[in-house]
Amino acid sequence: MNHLISVLVENKPGVLARVATMFARRGFNIHSLTVGPTAEEGMSRMTVVADTPEVEQITKQLYKLVHTVKVTEFEPGQAVVRELMLVKINADPKRRSEVLNAASVFDASAVDIGSSSLTFQVTGTPEMLADFLEMMRPYGVSALVKSGRIALAKNSKTKAAAGP
Amino acid sequence: MSEQLTGAQALLRSLELEGVEVAFGVPGGAVLPLYDPLLDSSIRHVLARHEQGAGHMASGYAHASGKVGVTIATSGPGATNLVTPLADAYADSIPVVAITGQVASSSIGYDAFQEAHTWGITAPCTKHNYLVTDVNDIPDVVREAFHLAATGRQGPVLVDIPKDVLAATMTWTGGGTVNLPGYKPRSEGHHKQISAAVKLLLESERPVFYAGGGLVRAEASQEALAFAKAANLPVVTTLMARGVIPDSYEKHLGMPGMHGTYAATMSLQKADLLVTIGARFDDRVTGKVSAFAPYAKVIHVDIDPAEIGKVRNAEVPIVGHARAVLSQLIAELAKQLDGEPAPKNQPWIDTVLGWRHDNPLVYDQRPDGPILQQYFIDELSRQMGDTAIVCAGVGQHQMWTSQFWRFERPNAWVNSGGLGTMGYAVPAAVGAQAAMPDTTVWAIDGDGCFQMTSQELITAAIEGFPVKIAIMNNGALGMVKQWQNLFYDGRLSGVDLSGGLPDFVMLAEAMGCVGMRVDNPADVPAIIEKAMSVTDKPVVIEVVCDPEEMVFPMVPAGGSNDDVVLNKDGLK
Ligand SMILES: Cc1ncc(C[n+]2csc(CCOP(=O)(O)OP(=O)(O)O)c2C)c(N)n1
Ligand SMILES: [Mg+2]
Repeated sequence: MNHLISVLVENKPGVLARVATMFARRGFNIHSLTVGPTAEEGMSRMTVVADTPEVEQITKQLYKLVHTVKVTEFEPGQAVVRELMLVKINADPKRRSEVLNAASVFDASAVDIGSSSLTFQVTGTPEMLADFLEMMRPYGVSALVKSGRIALAKNSKTKAAAGP
Repeated sequence: MSEQLTGAQALLRSLELEGVEVAFGVPGGAVLPLYDPLLDSSIRHVLARHEQGAGHMASGYAHASGKVGVTIATSGPGATNLVTPLADAYADSIPVVAITGQVASSSIGYDAFQEAHTWGITAPCTKHNYLVTDVNDIPDVVREAFHLAATGRQGPVLVDIPKDVLAATMTWTGGGTVNLPGYKPRSEGHHKQISAAVKLLLESERPVFYAGGGLVRAEASQEALAFAKAANLPVVTTLMARGVIPDSYEKHLGMPGMHGTYAATMSLQKADLLVTIGARFDDRVTGKVSAFAPYAKVIHVDIDPAEIGKVRNAEVPIVGHARAVLSQLIAELAKQLDGEPAPKNQPWIDTVLGWRHDNPLVYDQRPDGPILQQYFIDELSRQMGDTAIVCAGVGQHQMWTSQFWRFERPNAWVNSGGLGTMGYAVPAAVGAQAAMPDTTVWAIDGDGCFQMTSQELITAAIEGFPVKIAIMNNGALGMVKQWQNLFYDGRLSGVDLSGGLPDFVMLAEAMGCVGMRVDNPADVPAIIEKAMSVTDKPVVIEVVCDPEEMVFPMVPAGGSNDDVVLNKDGLK
C-alpha cells in the first residue's frame, strides 16, 4: 500500500542522502520522493510516497535522523496532493487536433510540437494523471516523466505522526 | 577572549572543553595539522597499532567509564579501518566520537591520494556524522557531536575534517553550542503510560523484568534493582545488561536467549507480562519471534521510539530515559499499592526459582582431562570477586564468560553484543584500562579473536596498560565449529586453528607482555595468582582447553525458545 509522508528537515548537506540511505537500509520501498525549499528559512520539505504495509517504523526511523524536524503522514483526503507530468503522445499531423481536443478536457497544455508527436504538461492529482494516460493510450505514449507527488495539509486536519 | 586559532587548535580546545583526557588514534597525512598541536594539548594520545584497535579502545573506554570515548584516524584507509568499530558501537549504542582527517577541500571528489567518501561510508553506521567545510563551524560541530553521542540513545558520531580546514585560522570566541531543532530526546515517560504500566503490572500473575543494555547506558542500575525489589519481579539480564542488576539478586534468573539459562529463557516463554526496559527483542533473545513469549503482554520502555513495536508489539509503550522512567514507576507503584505489600506473584516466583534450581549451568571438569573454558572462567571470576572489569571476544568463550562470570555491577562487562565483532576484546581491554587505571582488567579471548587484534598488546605494553588476557585456546573457531557439528553433519570447514601456531607465549613476550601457558586443570588457580602478581606489564595466559566442548543451553537458530536444548544428549 502507498503511504504519503511529508517530512520537514533541516536543509543541511547530505540530508537527502541520509533519508535515501535509511530507506535502503531498512528495506522500505520508495515510490516517489520530492524535495524542495519551504516558507521557513533553512528548512526543506520532502514528500515521500512509500510502498509498505506498515508506516509506523518509517515514521520513527525518519524521526531518528537528527535533521528531521517533523514527520506527517497524510491519510487520503487530509492533504492537497499534486503531481506534474510531461508526456509525449504520438500524433501525426492528421490526428493532432483530435489529440489536442481530448487533452483540453484535462487542462493539459501542449508544450512542444514535433512532426509526429505532441508533448503535454499535465498537473493534477495522481488519479487525474492516470486517467489522462488511460485516455491517451490508444494514440501511443512514447515517453513520460513525473515530478513525484507533493502534498500540503488541508486546513489543519492532520496530526503530526507521533514524534520522539 | 577572542583569539586566533587554527582549526586543529580549535578542535583540540573544543575536545578539552568536553573533558576529553585521552584519544586513541593513528596519524597520517590528512591529520598532520592536528597531530602537531596535539603535542601541546592536555589530551593524552594513545598510539594504536591499527585504527580498528583505536576505535575499539574508545569503545572499551566508554563502556568502562560511561564517558564518551574518542578516536582519531587519517583520511582514506585510516577512516575505512574505523568502520568496524563504528558499526560495533552503533549496534551496542556506545558513545564514541571519531575524528577523521579528509583530503583538502579542493581535492574532494577528484579521487585524490587517500581520499575516501568517509561521510557516505559511515552515515549508515553512525548515529550522525559531519563533514566540516568551514573552520568556523568546528566548535559547534564538536559540541553537537558530543551531545549526540552522549544523550538520547547513545552512539558513535564521526567528524570528518579536510586538511585545509584543520590548517585554516579562525577566531575563537568560546566553546560551541548545540543547534539541533529536530533532536529532542525524551526524559520522563508520559504519566498516563506510567500509570497504565503499573496497573498492568499489578494485574499480572507471571511478570518478568526483561532488562537490557539501555539500563547500563542510562546509569539506571540502582533504580532497576529498587524497582525489581519493590515489584517483587524475577529478572533476566541480556548479554549487554549483565551486571546492571547483580547476579546475586535473589530473583535473578540469568541471561535469556540462544545460550541463556533455562530459567531465564523459559520465564519469558511462560510470562504473562514482560517489563522490557532498554532492551530490543534481539533475535538472539527471542528465537523465532512468532513463538516468543506467546502469553505475554509487553510494557516496553526505551529512549528510542523506533525500538518500540519494531519486533514485538507493546501494550504499554513508554518513551523515556530508563533512569527517569524507573523513578516514575517506583513512585507510581508505591502510590497504587497504597501501603499494601509488594505484588503477590509468589506462586510464579516459586516456579521460576524452581526452574533455576533444577537447571543450573553446569560443566564437568575432570581432574585428568583437558581444561574446560567454563572452569577457567568460573575460577577466575571466583578469584576476582566483583573487583575486575572483564572483556570478551566473540564466540564460545564469550558465551561462557557471560554464563559463568558472577556479574555484580554495571560497566564491568565489556563485550561486543550486537555486531559480534571478533577482535574486540584486546583493544577494548586497553581502552577500559585507560579509563580505569586502578582496576584489574581481564579479557577472556578466543584463539581466533586474539589473532585479529593482538598487536594492540604492543600498545598496552608501551603505553603502560597492564591488562590481563586469557586466550581460550581450543584450536578452532569454536562457535562456528559448534554450528557445523550440530547443523552440518560435523563437516568441519574452515574452522581449524590447531597446528600449534602461533606460539602464543612467545608472541606475548615479543609484544612486551609476560606470557604464560596452562594446560592442566590443577594449575589453573595458581596461574591466575601468578598473573595477578604481575603489575607492571600486560600478561597473556594461553589456556590450552578442550577442543570439543560445546556451549549449552542452546536454542537452535530460528527455533522456538520452547525448544531449548540443555546438553548434548538433548540433541538426539
Ligand atoms: C570479524 C568476525 N568475523 C567472523 C565472525 C564469525 N564468527 C563468530 S564466532 C567465530 C569463532 C571465534 O573463534 P574464537 O575466537 O577462537 O572463539 P571460540 O568460539 O573458539 O571460543 C567466528 C569466526 C565474527 N563474529 N566476527
Ligand atoms: Mg577458539
